[in-house]
Amino acid sequence: MDYIAAFITGGLICVLGQILIDLTKMTPARILTAFVVSGVALSALGLWEPVVDFAGAGALVPIVGFGHTLAQGMKESVAKEGFIGIFTGGFTACAGGVRASLVFAFIAALLKKPNSRE
Amino acid sequence: MKTSKKEYSRMVEKASPPSRLVKNCTWAFMTGGSICALGEWLYRFYMNMGFIISDARLMSSITLVGLSALFTGLGWYSRLAKRAGAGTLVPITGFANAVVSPAMEFRSEGLITGVGAKMFVIAGPVIVYGVLASVVYGLILFFVSPMGR
Repeated sequence: MDYIAAFITGGLICVLGQILIDLTKMTPARILTAFVVSGVALSALGLWEPVVDFAGAGALVPIVGFGHTLAQGMKESVAKEGFIGIFTGGFTACAGGVRASLVFAFIAALLKKPNSRE
Repeated sequence: MKTSKKEYSRMVEKASPPSRLVKNCTWAFMTGGSICALGEWLYRFYMNMGFIISDARLMSSITLVGLSALFTGLGWYSRLAKRAGAGTLVPITGFANAVVSPAMEFRSEGLITGVGAKMFVIAGPVIVYGVLASVVYGLILFFVSPMGR
């Protein structure tokens, strides 16, 4: 059941992205950016947590979940550290995904034969 | 009736989108859904290994990112993306692909000005505006909401 909820919710979020690609000609970078900012906003309004409770990875794996993680991290750090938390928090929560991307990308670039095309 | 090239392409565009849109959306749904279901499976796997919830979520993200990097490196991800569209773009694997792909592509321009400078050419804006949005939220929490303290 949880897998089905994750599948359907994640699938529907991707369909929304596909509709944006096909009907508005938005570039991938714009779509990703719009989804992350939407994730922050939805999470700030308390609307994303219920979706996470329902769909688990279906709400967290799409890039909207990245925005949600950013917002949750911000909430925690402001509650804990006050004003300074605005500058220090938020990013630690999602650092794992970004840092893993960076490290794997670097390894992939090193492994790539300099003149081959992927 | 004579049809100019412009009119013809307009007619084609008018006639083709619905079926193509449905096909693209089906691909996006199936692929995106599968990646999320895999994420859920990984999350359960790490929970069973004894990770706490937030660490299990993080580990499953990192695993998805690693798989995406591997598939991108082998050239499979872009092949899947041609059909799956947003289904491969919107999940975190799409973010990873957007980092790995330019890093590999610009390898030929060197490690600093190529890989280092171009790695976040697509994913950079995502981080910039995501962080800015969260800072706005932080400011609102701190100054507006009494619960922020």
